[in-house]
Amino acid sequence: MYTISRNLRITAILLIILGGIGIAVGFMQAPKTIEQAQEIIAKNSEHGGHGEAHGSAHTAGHGDAHAASKVEAHKDAAQTEEAKHEGVAHENVAHKNDTIKKAVDTAVVAAADVKSSESVVAKDTAVAPVAPVVHEEAAKKDVHAAHDDHAAHQAHLEHQFHQLQNKPWAALYVACIFVMLISLGVLVFYAIQQVAQAGWSPVLFRVMQGITAYLPVGSIIFFVILVLSVMHFNHLFVWMDEEVVKNDKLIQGKSGYLNPTFWLIRAAIFLIGWNLYRYLSRKNCLAQDAASDDSFYKKNFKLSAGFLVFFIVSESIMAWDWIMSFDPHWFSTLFGWYVFASFFVSGITTIALVTLYLQSVGELKFVNSSHVHDLAKFMFGISVFWTYLWFSQFMLIWYANIPEEVTYFVQRIEDYNLPFFGMLVMNFLFPLLILINTDFKRIKWVIVMAGIVILLGHYVDFFNMIMPSAVGDQWFIGIPEIGALMFFVGLFLLVVFTALGKADLLVKRNPFIEESKHFHY
Amino acid sequence: MTNKVIHAIYNDDDVLMDAVKATRAAHHHIEEVYTPFPVHGLDKAMGLAPTRLAICAFLYGVCGISFATWMMNNIMIVDWPQDIGGKPSFSYIENMPAFVPVMFEMTVFFAAHLMVITFYMRSKLWPFKEAENPDVRTTDDHFLMEVELKGSEEEAVSFFKSTGAVEVKVIEKH
Repeated sequence: MYTISRNLRITAILLIILGGIGIAVGFMQAPKTIEQAQEIIAKNSEHGGHGEAHGSAHTAGHGDAHAASKVEAHKDAAQTEEAKHEGVAHENVAHKNDTIKKAVDTAVVAAADVKSSESVVAKDTAVAPVAPVVHEEAAKKDVHAAHDDHAAHQAHLEHQFHQLQNKPWAALYVACIFVMLISLGVLVFYAIQQVAQAGWSPVLFRVMQGITAYLPVGSIIFFVILVLSVMHFNHLFVWMDEEVVKNDKLIQGKSGYLNPTFWLIRAAIFLIGWNLYRYLSRKNCLAQDAASDDSFYKKNFKLSAGFLVFFIVSESIMAWDWIMSFDPHWFSTLFGWYVFASFFVSGITTIALVTLYLQSVGELKFVNSSHVHDLAKFMFGISVFWTYLWFSQFMLIWYANIPEEVTYFVQRIEDYNLPFFGMLVMNFLFPLLILINTDFKRIKWVIVMAGIVILLGHYVDFFNMIMPSAVGDQWFIGIPEIGALMFFVGLFLLVVFTALGKADLLVKRNPFIEESKHFHY
Repeated sequence: MTNKVIHAIYNDDDVLMDAVKATRAAHHHIEEVYTPFPVHGLDKAMGLAPTRLAICAFLYGVCGISFATWMMNNIMIVDWPQDIGGKPSFSYIENMPAFVPVMFEMTVFFAAHLMVITFYMRSKLWPFKEAENPDVRTTDDHFLMEVELKGSEEEAVSFFKSTGAVEVKVIEKH
């Protein structure tokens, strides 16, 4: 029986504590008011950060940003004289700007702002049909036209304010979903091994089960973050902001699918489904150890086949819900596969790393270099698979260059150039050149090195998928991001290695265990 | 110098493997082993050096991608940088995604074909080549080990009989 070593436990707890502090610092650093946000941005541009580029980027006005769309609506309204409805919209925005100013003065946070502008809209729609009001509106319009630039500037500031407020939340979200999906990736690999009746992997089943022990813990934390998002504790998901939806025809059209209630229900179903499989599969596997026939093995076989069907459907929807909906104006058909490849390869890498660690402390005597070689082959192959999907998505959109699709990559290439192309080196070029060699796939330090690069690369991948729509050009991999990653990695280590000590590291009575013990490639 | 060889014929691959190990242990030099199908681990038992075909393939792939890059750059960017549907042909990198499918396929094409040709050349295989089969049964169900004869003929024959050979022949080789 394995027991978590003292050093490892202390390391994990230390990571949790330091990470927790990092997360807290991130939330404290986030601006409470627009003025604070202005200060932070001024400081960043002084330091020669990426504050410079955004000015021009925003006047160009790319689609997804909620405040940017408001600015556009506002300008249109100012230009057209006759359109009554747009006049209302114009006045609405102007009023909103006033309320924002008030909000700044009294240092009231966004929640109050939403309420006040709601009431303004209610008033406007009520008076709009009455004829004399139109004159009044026209008069107002002239006054407001003078303030046009000022209002646009205010909207821009508000936009940046939201981005900065999102930073600690997005950092938390990225780390949380990434580590949770790693353990889901392992669970899928485990299910595939069962269904494929693989002869080499049963010696690693307990390692995989240990890693998936993080799934319930991660799911709960992740679901809490989702609920907090729905309760407007953050601005991560633009389509949850009623104010934005009101002015956004595209999101309105999707609201049948993208509405908080349905979204949370879907999330709950997926998380419960995955955790249920993990729980039952582990239970059957332990029961099989003590059984006198193979009935539990057969049960697990059927269960795994069912899970894989459920998984591939839920995974696709999960990718739309939890990642693609950060950009509710953008869509891509192979996105689900792309996300899957990313966390699947991370999961396999994690299996390899945990296996090598356990070997190095003298456990897993029955695992030989051929098992490790096989894992490394999977790391290599799925890395290339990920790249294939990444490129297929990128190249199709780049080639056709349809404005509504291409903004996604324009923003990433302009604002996230290094992470966007850097991850390609980490996730493709590096593993391709290192793990192509058969001998290297048996050398421990080579696999560990490649594994760490792959894991970091896929963190950056998730960072790239989520950050641009959450914080835009205000991104930085600083204390909140590293802190959140440390926190979840620490939690992961603690949960996984504690769970590994709860059962024998070698499954007994598995029909393929003898073959697996003598596996040689 | 004698150029006599012993042909020891087996009818089971397990017996063959043991015979190969015994022969090497007795310091006989195995010239060649003929089998009807690949016997797993035979090369290791015979002590053959590992193949370097994979390294060749990698280098051929590098040639392929270089050739594709050079070709596309020359045609699309240098020679006639025409505006085709708004694709940026100012520099190679700007239009690279469009060239990647070609680069990929060329890499695979070069790696695969040149490796196969290398294999044919190293194994001396070509059409109309005269078959080098010492015994027709080795393509069906028999295994033949050819060993250089040194010392006494009788001793050698009895040694190979003892390794489980169903037939041992001494052959004058030209």
